[in-house]
Amino acid sequence: MNHATLDDAPAATAKTGRGATDAASRLIDAQGDQIVARSVTINRPASELYAYFRDFAKLPTFMDNVERIDVIDTTRSHWVVKAPAGRTVEWDARITEERDGELIAWTSEDGADVPNSGRIEFKAAGARGTVVTATILYDPPGGVVGKVIAKLFQREPAIQARRDLRRFKQLMETGEIATAARTRAAHEEEIA
Amino acid sequence: MRALTWHGKHDVRVDTVDDPEIVNPRDCIIKVTSTAICGSDLHLYDGYIPTMQAGDILGHEFMGEVVETGPKSTLKKGQRVVVPFTIACGSCYHCGKHQYSACDNGLPADNQDIAQSLYGQPMSGLFGYSHMTGGYAGGQAEYVRVPFSDVGPIVIPDGIDDDKVLFLSDILPTGWQAAEFAQIEPGDTVAVWGCGPVGLFAVQSAFLMGAERVIAIDHFPHRLELAKKFGAETINFEESATYEALMEMTGGIGPDACIDSVGLEAHGFFVDNVLDQIKKSTFLGTDRPHSIRQAILACRKGGRVSMPAVYGGFVDKFPLGAFMEKGLTLKTGQTHVQHYLPGLLNAIVEGKIDTTFLISHRLPLEQAPQGYKMFHDNQNEVTKVVLKPGMTPDAAIAAE
Repeated sequence: MNHATLDDAPAATAKTGRGATDAASRLIDAQGDQIVARSVTINRPASELYAYFRDFAKLPTFMDNVERIDVIDTTRSHWVVKAPAGRTVEWDARITEERDGELIAWTSEDGADVPNSGRIEFKAAGARGTVVTATILYDPPGGVVGKVIAKLFQREPAIQARRDLRRFKQLMETGEIATAARTRAAHEEEIA
Repeated sequence: MRALTWHGKHDVRVDTVDDPEIVNPRDCIIKVTSTAICGSDLHLYDGYIPTMQAGDILGHEFMGEVVETGPKSTLKKGQRVVVPFTIACGSCYHCGKHQYSACDNGLPADNQDIAQSLYGQPMSGLFGYSHMTGGYAGGQAEYVRVPFSDVGPIVIPDGIDDDKVLFLSDILPTGWQAAEFAQIEPGDTVAVWGCGPVGLFAVQSAFLMGAERVIAIDHFPHRLELAKKFGAETINFEESATYEALMEMTGGIGPDACIDSVGLEAHGFFVDNVLDQIKKSTFLGTDRPHSIRQAILACRKGGRVSMPAVYGGFVDKFPLGAFMEKGLTLKTGQTHVQHYLPGLLNAIVEGKIDTTFLISHRLPLEQAPQGYKMFHDNQNEVTKVVLKPGMTPDAAIAAE
């Protein structure tokens, strides 16, 4: 991240396209040219957050658009993700880098419906807990048109990532995910 | 169950809706015994608050009996509790600092987007107050689902009437916080704009915190009379010029602390596209920013301004120059209800604070729509309407 200007802002907030390039340079087997990066501070120790996240089968608990993740072996998993109009997209993901309590990086394998790669980092933040940063690179399905459609269906990755991280924070800090549902049936419908 | 539901401008109805259930582990369900109509509910009634949906259950001042508990609730069936209007988790960084209304986790994740884009960061959830504040069903109902019941509700000892403690849910701590934010020193003169429930509680609180004089400003004679009963001097702004009166009454110095509680009942979050609509209305219309301008102008040099009054959008002609040149301090915010509950409950039990004077009307829940109309049409005499789901219409007539 060596830029001529004095700018310490994260690459993903750049007004030019350099964010995706920067992120790709930090990934092994980078895939995708659209970038989503979000940080959230969670009032729990990094080790605890890492441990929860590393158990991929649990991720659909707070990742709203992920229908299911099947763990294949220690580094590979199969993702089934909700897409607009009741469809799903699928891919196999492989962990490319892993540091206990600090970071997990992944890439999708050949044949992915939505080629993607990224990393999630856990940095201790003293009395405030841990800063969790997710950086995701992806190729939108069907190019630009696919992204527009996804936006219409509120499954636009940037919005989704922010909401997913909020839910992760809620789950880790409070033991539950906040809902205004008044009945269990309404809640089931909400999370379906 | 029966519940007061919103259907549009001046259209609220008591409908039969599904009973609430335990959804999350920290939830409890309470059977409501008393619930009040807040001044801010009138903004919903007048149709000024965006993100309302037909069928939404209103009410954020309520108390009742615990009838069901989730596995992580610390409450027990049969306990009587008052519920804070702010929904806060108790475990995030802000709750740890007792900044409960800034809770990170009270709002469902999807509902946080609007507040984040409007204010930069989302705030806590609120009961019964539009979908921007979470879309939580409110307390003007027979039953309510209360999230985070292990940190929010406060248990009320036996033998203390609902009427004595109901206002712990919102307006009493809001008035108290307003006075606390004014950082009152012994011998101070404190001016309070607006003698609605919060203004009146701020008057009481200011005296308890050591103010020598409190000057209350309003135009409703009945409300000024109530302020006078607590020992305040009064200014009727329809009869006297407020700034001039304050300067003369303080020997040309200005009040040491100013509390703007006009329109403070508005817990609402107005977005700028409805501001014009609000400005057109007479009810808390163009006067609203006027009170904060006046407070800043009147406040003594180096003094403190406390603003429990809610401003949700943008204000024109904020007197930034006077604010800076005089070196004022401004403190504001939604109420950190949970922080104040134990101390205020104690003050009530010990008889230091009595809030029952405020209640002008008690009605059964079934008559809630009439309650809204009464409150809306006559704010001089109708100071507070308390709804009692257990009350029969006959008893209501007898009580009048």
